[in-house]
Amino acid sequence: MVHSEGGTAPVMAAGAGRIDREDRRTVGSPLVADPRMTCRNVDVYYGEKHAVRGVSLDIAKNEVIALIGPSGCGKSTFIRCLNRMNDPIEGCRVEGKILLDGMDIYDRSVDVVPLRAQVGMVFQKPNPFPKSIWHNVAYGPKIHGLAKDRYELDGIVERSLQRAGLWEEVKDRLDQPGTALSGGQQQRLCIARALAVEPEIILMDEPCSALDPIATAHIENLIDELRANYSIVIVTHSMQQASRVSQRTAYFHLGDLIEVGRTEIVFTNPLHPLTEDYITGRFG
Amino acid sequence: MTPGWILIAILALSAVGYYMGRRRSQFVAGRGEGGAVKLHSRPTYYGALAALACGIPALLLFTVWRVSEESIITRLVVSGLPEAVRALPEGGLDLAVNDIKNLASGNIVSGEIDAGMRAAADHYLRLRSISHGALAVCSLALGIAALLLVLRLITPRLRARNAVERVVNALLIVCSSIAVFTTVGIVLSILFEAIRFFRVVPVTDFLFGLEWSPQMAIRSDQVGSSGAFGAVPVFTGTLMIAAIAMAVAIPLGLLAAIYLSEYAAPRVRAILKPSLELLAGIPTVVYGFFAALTVAPAIRNAGEALGLDVSSESALAAGLVMGVMIIPFVSSLSDDVIHAVPRSLRDGACALGSTPSETIRKVVLPAALPGIVGSILLAVSRAIGETMIVVMAAGLAANLTANPLKAVTTVTVQMVTLLVGDQEFDSPKTLAAFALGLVLFVTTLCLNVVALGVVRKYREQYE
Repeated sequence: MVHSEGGTAPVMAAGAGRIDREDRRTVGSPLVADPRMTCRNVDVYYGEKHAVRGVSLDIAKNEVIALIGPSGCGKSTFIRCLNRMNDPIEGCRVEGKILLDGMDIYDRSVDVVPLRAQVGMVFQKPNPFPKSIWHNVAYGPKIHGLAKDRYELDGIVERSLQRAGLWEEVKDRLDQPGTALSGGQQQRLCIARALAVEPEIILMDEPCSALDPIATAHIENLIDELRANYSIVIVTHSMQQASRVSQRTAYFHLGDLIEVGRTEIVFTNPLHPLTEDYITGRFG
Repeated sequence: MTPGWILIAILALSAVGYYMGRRRSQFVAGRGEGGAVKLHSRPTYYGALAALACGIPALLLFTVWRVSEESIITRLVVSGLPEAVRALPEGGLDLAVNDIKNLASGNIVSGEIDAGMRAAADHYLRLRSISHGALAVCSLALGIAALLLVLRLITPRLRARNAVERVVNALLIVCSSIAVFTTVGIVLSILFEAIRFFRVVPVTDFLFGLEWSPQMAIRSDQVGSSGAFGAVPVFTGTLMIAAIAMAVAIPLGLLAAIYLSEYAAPRVRAILKPSLELLAGIPTVVYGFFAALTVAPAIRNAGEALGLDVSSESALAAGLVMGVMIIPFVSSLSDDVIHAVPRSLRDGACALGSTPSETIRKVVLPAALPGIVGSILLAVSRAIGETMIVVMAAGLAANLTANPLKAVTTVTVQMVTLLVGDQEFDSPKTLAAFALGLVLFVTTLCLNVVALGVVRKYREQYE
């Protein structure tokens, strides 16, 4: 059984003793009081494959929520639903409701282009465009017409690079190719690029998995600062990272959302035996 | 033993060498104190080393011997000929030697066979069989000696793999330089003929002359032109047709590539791409028919309807059809290049809220530009080198005109008309073809160099 009763709130297991290992219902606190994004019973299929099973999860304002779980558990697939990046994938089907500020993003009337400007994304591998640093950051504002003239555009570029903590390092060489930066700088450039279009939510799909520890620390500090203005959803394989940067943590297991809770609780006192197996290293 | 059998024997010996080398290495490996010793390389490398040592010197000897054999034997036969024959002028002596060789191999000879010739032919045959016998003995002995030496040298510590890899490396260098040397050979052969042409016609007249009329009077009493070798009309014709072809092929090919790689559903792509590539497989003669029989009359009719004066063979017809012919060069290569732009760049653009069209115009195409320039360049080379369509659809008249509705001619067409049929190779008319070829070669070379520079510049900027 995937999930029991249609749209009702998932089982709250607070204080419950042992939960059956085979129980795939979400435990913990997936819902919050004043959510920015609401997902209800989201199912994703790749052709015949049922990749995400009935996930219900809220994303609060000004929080970092970490999605953890073994490879292939559906966390990347789920995060890509939040800005409809799965649309172009052949045979991919999304069911359920995903609301952004009360608007159903999978509704027919919704245009996916402004949606993706509202929900920015940073990828696993830094992917700066083969253009100059300036053009990388100015790309988004230009296509969305956010600046009236070059002067305003310069302002946006500078502000975005500053927020991404990259300005001091690159301010004298904005005309150099973005691909010539180091890996960590490239990833911050990609974050600056996403910030330049003024998103509300930033999705990060393993943003540090291709970076060295120093660059990773840099990005983690940045994520913590960005929380003041944005909601951030981060997929990570590093449990240390999840515990360092996030306020809430969601554990996925083979397509099911098993447990959601405050990060310190999930990592110190998990409710579900599967979560405990994973964080203590007994699973895969 | 004929040379063919000697060759087979050397190769067989080499194969035997392979097995002996492998066996030997396994034997020496098993003989070490305290059981098997670890070989430096895998046994097959010892076998390969033995085979190479056995085969390469023997084959080198075989080649050198065969190359020099003929001239040495001929000289020996000539020195044995009677004084009267040896005193003949060069041509006569050559003829006599040829007769002797023909007699020896049983072919028809030019004159009467006398006893002296018969003796010389016997002498020739005897020398040749001695040579072949000696070659067989020497090369096989060399191969066996080398094999025995290597077998003695095989120890577990012999670095057989490194030696074999050095030889393979050298082989790869030889293979890659063959193409280069062929190019050099082609250039030199054109160059020397072109120099002969420029002795008769000054270079400046050829490069800057405005009239092309290569017909020359062959006999002094013949009524004919004296020949004018100004290449400008021919080159403008080439450039005009190539420009028309590119004006067709670049937009159509590039847009087709964008559709195929970005918009087409996989099933459509699976049908459309091979059908487009089919265009490249149609013989150019067939395109020529099409241009001459369908497109050119259609253009003339359309032109007449508009009140224009269109000749029945026009640069426009040839250029249009040539453009269609080279669409697959542009589209297929560009499609591959666009496809090779990493998925992550598209995802990045998509995640910033780009529409598919913005993604393609602002991210994918700039990233793919070096490859696209390369594909266009290849298409230009095709357009300049194409002959058949122009022969059939654009005519042979070397008009100096910028009007695409007139008949023009191209460099390649003129080269064909100059060289087809029986030609004397001391006339400027024939030699002019080589001069045209040289200039064409230099032109396309410059084009390639320029385009390579463009590609490199963008690559530095973008990657």
